[in-house]
Amino acid sequence: MHLTLNVWRQKNASVKGKLVRYEADDINPDMSFLEMLDVVNWQLIGKGEEPIAFEHDCREGICGSCGMMINGVAHGPRPATATCQLHMRHFKDGDTIYIEPWRSRAFPVLKDLVVDRSAFDRIIQAGGYISVSTGSAPEANSVLVTKQNSDLAMDAAACIGCGACVAACPNGSASLFTSAKISHLALLPQGQPEREGRVIKMVEAMDREGFGNCTMHRECEAVCPKAISVNFIARMNREYLRSLLKGEGLP
Amino acid sequence: MELNPKIPSGPIEQSWDRHRSEMKLVNPANKRKHTIIMVGSGLAGASAAASLAELGYQVLCFCYQDSPRRAHSIAAQGGINAAKNYRNDGDSVYRLFYDTVKGGDFRSREANVYRLAQLSVNIIDQCAAQGVPFAREYSGLLDNRSFGGAQVSRTFYARGQTGQQLLLGAYQALERQIHAGQVKMYPRTEMLDLVIIDHCARGIVARNLLTGKIESYVADAVVLATGGYANVFYLSTNAKNSNATAIWRAYKRGAAFANPCFTQIHPTCIPVSGHYQSKLTLMSESLRNDGRIWVPKQKDDKRPAIQILMPERDYYLERRYPSFGNLVPRDVASRAAKEVCDEGRGVGAHGLGVYLDFAEAIKASGVAVIREKYGNLFEMYERITAENPYEVPMRIYPAVHYTMGGLWVDYNLMSTITGLFVIGEANFSDHGANRLGASALMQGLADGYFILPYTLSDYLATAKLDKAPLDHPAFHESEGQVAGRVKKLLSIKGKRTADSIHQELGKLLWNNCGMVRTKRDLQHALEKIPEIREEFWRNVNVLGVDDEINQALEKAGRVADFLELAEVMCLDALERAESCGCHFREEFQTPDGEAQRDDEHFCHVSAWEYAGEQGKPVMHKELLEFEYVTPSQRSYK
Amino acid sequence: MSVDEFSMSAEKRSHWLLSFWRSTVGKKVVMALTGAIGVGYVVAHMLGNLQVFEGAEKINAYAALLKSNLGLLWTARSILIAAVGLHIVAAYQLARTSQKSRPVGYKRWRSVGSDFASRTMRWTGPLLGLFIVYHLLHLTTGAVHPDFVEADVYQNVISGFRVWYVSVIYIVAMLMLALHLYHGAWSMFESLGVNHPKYNRLIRALATILTAIVVAGFIAIPAAVLLGFIS
Repeated sequence: MHLTLNVWRQKNASVKGKLVRYEADDINPDMSFLEMLDVVNWQLIGKGEEPIAFEHDCREGICGSCGMMINGVAHGPRPATATCQLHMRHFKDGDTIYIEPWRSRAFPVLKDLVVDRSAFDRIIQAGGYISVSTGSAPEANSVLVTKQNSDLAMDAAACIGCGACVAACPNGSASLFTSAKISHLALLPQGQPEREGRVIKMVEAMDREGFGNCTMHRECEAVCPKAISVNFIARMNREYLRSLLKGEGLP
Repeated sequence: MELNPKIPSGPIEQSWDRHRSEMKLVNPANKRKHTIIMVGSGLAGASAAASLAELGYQVLCFCYQDSPRRAHSIAAQGGINAAKNYRNDGDSVYRLFYDTVKGGDFRSREANVYRLAQLSVNIIDQCAAQGVPFAREYSGLLDNRSFGGAQVSRTFYARGQTGQQLLLGAYQALERQIHAGQVKMYPRTEMLDLVIIDHCARGIVARNLLTGKIESYVADAVVLATGGYANVFYLSTNAKNSNATAIWRAYKRGAAFANPCFTQIHPTCIPVSGHYQSKLTLMSESLRNDGRIWVPKQKDDKRPAIQILMPERDYYLERRYPSFGNLVPRDVASRAAKEVCDEGRGVGAHGLGVYLDFAEAIKASGVAVIREKYGNLFEMYERITAENPYEVPMRIYPAVHYTMGGLWVDYNLMSTITGLFVIGEANFSDHGANRLGASALMQGLADGYFILPYTLSDYLATAKLDKAPLDHPAFHESEGQVAGRVKKLLSIKGKRTADSIHQELGKLLWNNCGMVRTKRDLQHALEKIPEIREEFWRNVNVLGVDDEINQALEKAGRVADFLELAEVMCLDALERAESCGCHFREEFQTPDGEAQRDDEHFCHVSAWEYAGEQGKPVMHKELLEFEYVTPSQRSYK
Repeated sequence: MSVDEFSMSAEKRSHWLLSFWRSTVGKKVVMALTGAIGVGYVVAHMLGNLQVFEGAEKINAYAALLKSNLGLLWTARSILIAAVGLHIVAAYQLARTSQKSRPVGYKRWRSVGSDFASRTMRWTGPLLGLFIVYHLLHLTTGAVHPDFVEADVYQNVISGFRVWYVSVIYIVAMLMLALHLYHGAWSMFESLGVNHPKYNRLIRALATILTAIVVAGFIAIPAAVLLGFIS
């Protein structure tokens, strides 16, 4: 296959970047998208040009490192697929592909396609956990969790933190990410004691990072590599209202 | 070098409990005066960092990823073992201990394994309390499955993403401590050297991967939780950036490297499709519970699977191992696959694959049941290969997956360097010559949650440590060396990418120090490796600069270390003139082709000591004694 | 640490109503609730309007009835004005947050999940606002109505809509209302957290039906005037 790539190149966070055009030859349809970029990079190094920086690690769709806008769609054209799991057989010989980094104020570009997603960590720090110190846990089977809730919690917990939801959202909202963690923990009995405080703190943290709000475009759900449902956003809103109406620590 | 495993005396059932109550404690008020460096934030690193911080220590935690949540533990699929005996099927701490020692082909330390089995039950409690969404039964109780050939159902799981969920649990505990100010997190920071002052590990030198800045960090103890070195093979199921640099730097500072040749090959991976292949993808071996493995009886049979009739198929695992069948341990299954492929009966375009067939399982229990159990794995397979496993059999081939070898540690998880602790896959661990399925997560978390917090406290309470200043000459010297190496890599400006040299090394190792090893092949590899290393230092091409993100530079540094580690691996494999677990020396096999152990000469841990750039590493032995499980020939017939 | 952390955050935390308003989730709740008032109002307005088909007497009497109790009238108007005001302020602030959240846009962007209605909320909203101003000046105060007769609603409607471009303005505005109402009517449930896969489809269907009825009801009048069904 032969492809024409237009790749965002940006030396570092403080300079402006631009789209640069590359011709990619010898692309095999069985390659993954990242393997295609590897091949392009080897060719670039051969020509004495600096390779394209992009984040990647497990290359099996679970670590959440990789992610780029491929022809204007986060993680590319296949639903429920991370960039590393996207194979070139889904493109045609002669295609032109635009590759851009995630765009969000909270995700500044560090270099080429690499962005800083530490905002997500800070949202978790605000309350995305159950405060159980090592050693204090009760016997596991003493807490019953209905299969239904456990499955639903797992659906939410499947989030890989890649940031595609933010990248795809016309509002740059992190609601899907934040709501997935809030829902995961709110659905479990273990998460009840901190339930009210958690949602307020996490929503505040999300807003503090400068993400936009949710207007239910549902672009996030469509690009999420784990197909996490926007219903969790509604659940987050419900949790938020519930917490507000119930009040924290009131008699 | 003296290898003192410090195994507590007395009955094995009580040794950990007694040891725990005899260990010294650090006064609560003094805990915050101690700083601990944690390198790595996977299951072992994150759980240890969080637990130590909860105790009150100041923890500095480092990872090369942009977030601790991305450590490669996240990719573990199958599950985590625990001797809960929830199924009333005869499981017990003793049985888990026994299975693990036997599964490791009697090359692990009994006391360590027993402790691991004991702690397995606490891990499940801890993780469930953290909100890990383990699979449940309709009653609301925890579900279990049988896994990796175990005859009891002791594996806890969270769909096909157990590693992810356990890691997120530990990650969340870690983030909680970061928020509380007890842990200072250094993401995108790679440890490049260990600093030793007065014979104690006192700090590290690390490179900030964003700015290229080389900085020193000082502490009272250093813990390495940096995972395994399977990427030495270039193609493995490990994450692309997983590397051996931290443990290798520690080795070069005096930590003994134990059993480097014990590398595990996982039988159910998706076969290689071309030279551009960057990594291999593992599919949970739970697939073997329902899938039947076969190859054509005839050589070079290129017909599609569907046209090959039952009598023309060789269900070779079921034929050779009637009682375990498709569920034989990983090493046995892997080697058998290699054998049939070497006979020319492999399937797929390159002949490197065997069928894993679900046709009968689908017929027997219906598509819905199979989809419920394996849906995500089938999807993953189809995504990569563009073949639908509901209709045609999967093709699988073994791939390097885990390394049982690692830095030598004593019962307290301390290496041969005082004050340097090693946990998780990075240490030579409790798995002997072969790790059983669903045991890696168990070991990483046992080390991190329940062992290190005690043993490290004991060390801090007893060690007489002076205050180490950051301007100590040892830090300066090390910073200089690290900077010099970075400069050197950037200045070579040769013709080859680090990847291509890594690929060359990987191929050499896979062919000569892979599933089957011979003296001749190992000697060949030992001749070749120095040549490749020389080629690297003469001809590698690293572009870009050192004061911003430079992934090629990171990669080159890691490859340089793999090129040294590979040699010790081959030395170890050559020296171990027996077959055991994953280490299969063709010269040493039973008449029917099974691994032939030599307990008389090799019932020991081989720990290699660095002997300088020119010297040959020195091997030290820790003799293994088996008081509780009598070594026997493993048989899965 | 947990004690310190808690007391610290308690100190820092402002009044719950303020933090509710400041959060994007809270502001969306405000938009949903005020939007719900708006939905209720347009439904009632549309039903009231339909009386125009029953003749001048009926609709003029209805208008007089509405204006007969000034207290009630102004209470309703205040609620409506407050709702619209809050809706606009919240929308404006949220839109600014969204804008700021992506300072550098994409060279290429393709929609895979959103629909036309959701993407145009930000345009249909302000345009409807402008329309409301025009509508008030046109049929409530008569300032821009050339043949305005105080208290004769029927007459004002007929003569107003006989001017073809006025009718076109109304019809176009109602199509915008359709988009805004459709997206708003179902997504307000999400904002309020009233959501379940079981009845999400039902909510969608009801939003569609409601939108169709309301907009058809509104458009029917200028259309009928233009086509000469009522005069």
